[in-house]
Parts: sequence; structure tokens; C-alpha cells
Amino acid sequence: MEAYIFPVAGGLMIGLASIGLLAALGRIAGISGIAWGVISGPDRDWRLLFIIGLVAGGALAHTLTGRPIPDAPDAPLWLAVVSGLLVGIGTRTGSGCTSGHGVCGIGRLSLRSVAATCTFMAAGVVAVFIVRHIIGGGA
Amino acid sequence: MKQWPALLTGLIFGMGLALSGMTDTAKVQGFLDITGAWVPDLMFVMGGALIVTLGATPLVLSRAKPLFADMFSLPASKAIDGRLIGGGVLFGIGWGLWGYCPGPAIAALAYGYESTLIFCVAMIAGMWIAGVLGLVKSRVDG
Repeated sequence: MEAYIFPVAGGLMIGLASIGLLAALGRIAGISGIAWGVISGPDRDWRLLFIIGLVAGGALAHTLTGRPIPDAPDAPLWLAVVSGLLVGIGTRTGSGCTSGHGVCGIGRLSLRSVAATCTFMAAGVVAVFIVRHIIGGGA
Repeated sequence: MKQWPALLTGLIFGMGLALSGMTDTAKVQGFLDITGAWVPDLMFVMGGALIVTLGATPLVLSRAKPLFADMFSLPASKAIDGRLIGGGVLFGIGWGLWGYCPGPAIAALAYGYESTLIFCVAMIAGMWIAGVLGLVKSRVDG
């Protein structure tokens, strides 16, 4: 179980941050919505501050703990473009992502968010299965 | 409205993502690879986060208003419709293909990898495209 101390601790921090944002500003910590709100407005200020914090937190976590930074994804850059486009189109069409639906939405017992989370988890499983076990030959 | 809690909660959220391992695309794809060498980490991350949000959300929402704002801004829609499911399918495919959902992708910008920046730019472009294509019903926070 020792291997899962960091995943659990990180998860608790994610939950704490989500509750903190709700309690302080009354907002849902849905990252896709916050990111798009920085571009489109309105209320850009708090959203931009949250995104700045998100990136700073990504750096600070490794500085404080000495945990190694993950390797860069080992995949062609065109796949980053295709995947990014799909994530962007999908999260805006479906009104949320892993944080907004998965953590905050399920956290407030929204059936809509449960349905969304089951859907994107299942689609992710199918995508990985096709890439790794059908195209990739089990690599 | 006081804005500093957004910076603080963003910082904690980003640290949580990085410490939990979710900024490592291999771990995320490993979680989704249920027929291969399954990596359960994401389940523990979601579990840890949900213990907090499931427990504390009702307490927070039982208050009249947030500490530093006039009201709670919650998504109004309850509809489980084609947009929700179709969007979830497209998002899930992109998530599986690369290994990043929006939060980890943005937090991982801190690592300075070119591919992460490209992913994030494409993601924002995709959000814009969804609007142009008329796929977005109305503005919903999430």
C-alpha cells in the first residue's frame, strides 16, 4: 500500500482545493471550464489566478518533495494535436472534464456528472485498448 | 470579490496533480489499459478527492453564500443528453490517446515539454471549434 500514499495524498489535496474554491468563491473547480473562461470571459481574473496557481503547483510539488519530474510523453507530436483537439471539443461539448464532472460533480451527487464520468472513462479505455492492443500489438 | 483564494486553491490543486502522479501520461494510460499492465493509481487519486468532495460539499452548500462571493455558481443543467454523452466520448478518446485531461495538461506546462504546450494549444483550439460548430448549448461552468 505504500506505493499509493502519494496518489491518495495528491487526491486529498485535489479534493481540498475543490472544496476550498467552492467555499471561498462559490465556484466549481472544473479545469476545462476555467481554462476556456480565461479565453472567453467573463470573470477572467479569478480563473487566470487559478490557472497560474495550477502551473506553479505543478512545479512546486517537485521542488518541495524532490519527486522526479515525469518523462515527456513518448509519442509523435501530431498525436498531441489530435488528442488536444478531441479533449477540447469533447470537454466543451460535454460541459466538463475529470475535475468538473469526476471530482466536483460526483461530489455533489449530480447524476449528469456520473453519466459523463462513466462515458469518458469507457471511451478512454476503448481508445487505449485499440492503440495498445490492436494497433500496437500489445506493446 | 476577493480573488486570492483562486490562486491558493489552484496551487494546491496543481501540487495534488503532480504529487499524485497524474501529470505522468504513462500512469494515466496505464489506468485506462484494463486488459494490459493495469496501473491503479488514478483510482486512488479519484478516491482521495471524492472522499473530501462527497463529505464536504453538502456542508459547504448548506451555507447561505460563499465566504468571498455573493452566491454559489453551480451548473444548472441536469440533462443527460447527446451533447453530454457525445462530448464525453470525444474527450475520453483524446484522453486515452495522449494520457492528459485538462488539469494535468495545464499543470504539466511547468515541466517545459514542447508536446505539452502543443497539446494545451490544441485543446483550447478544440474548445473554440466546439463553439463554432454549434456544439455548445449554453455557457456552463465545469
